[in-house]
Amino acid sequence: MRTLELEIPDWPGHVAGQHVDVRLTAEDGYRAERAYSLASAPGEPAVITVERLENGEVSPYLTQNVRPGDAFEIRGPIGGYFVWRPDDGGPLFLAAGGSRIAPMRAILRHRRNSMSEVKARLLYSSRTLEDVIYREELEGEEVFHTLTRAQPPGWTGYSRRVDVDLLREVAWPPEHGPLAFVCGPTSFVESVAAGLVEIGYPPGRIKTERFGATGGR
Amino acid sequence: MEALDGNAIGGTLYDVFGREMTMAQAECGGCGARGPVAECEVYLGGPGVVVRCRVCHSIVIVLVQVREMMCIDCGGLSDLELPTWR
Repeated sequence: MRTLELEIPDWPGHVAGQHVDVRLTAEDGYRAERAYSLASAPGEPAVITVERLENGEVSPYLTQNVRPGDAFEIRGPIGGYFVWRPDDGGPLFLAAGGSRIAPMRAILRHRRNSMSEVKARLLYSSRTLEDVIYREELEGEEVFHTLTRAQPPGWTGYSRRVDVDLLREVAWPPEHGPLAFVCGPTSFVESVAAGLVEIGYPPGRIKTERFGATGGR
Repeated sequence: MEALDGNAIGGTLYDVFGREMTMAQAECGGCGARGPVAECEVYLGGPGVVVRCRVCHSIVIVLVQVREMMCIDCGGLSDLELPTWR
């Protein structure tokens, strides 16, 4: 896992939740492109957090080879759907699977930086505690962790895949008029979104962003 | 093949249309379902990009890059309404 701060000429600024496409071109002209959500709040330097994937085409370069000062091609900021601005309101229920915590971090930082009074809760599903990204920073937020593969001794958080009962316990009740953002691998997004609908969230108040389990997108 | 969603092709669509497109309202020519492009099913694994209706799974958009030219077939859509960008 590696976090990169990007210096992008003529960067117009971004909205919390947006992503950039990173495009790498090999010497023979072969091109690979992947999307990475911006993990920083609007007004802060653009930051992406990259998880190294076995057999990945882009992530090994970004996590191992790239050095400060190196240049690569960026397209963005991209996206107008999976975004949050303070006047969109809430309360916010954010659900992230694996390394897809980045847009949620951007939203939480933006909420804090703008001194928004919108309440926010984060449900963060990881395999193990070591896989939790931005752990210290998130301690200042109302966050519920679930560790699906292994839990350290004395773990008091959740230890199973997200299901409807878990959502009933941690998500804002639908009568509070919550706005939900769900980001992660497709299977995670599908089950969380379906679960939220089951407990009464209107589909129009659930924003989803799916990434392939292999990071392929 | 695992379906992603329209967020995944926001950059590609930006290149084609010259603007943010994930909030554009797409109407399926198959079943009439209407919703943001971001919520459509997207398959990236083939030779091109296939976009399907999330409700009836009809193909609504196909994008294929031929050398430096991007070809887009929106024949499966009955309407594509662009939002006012804020």
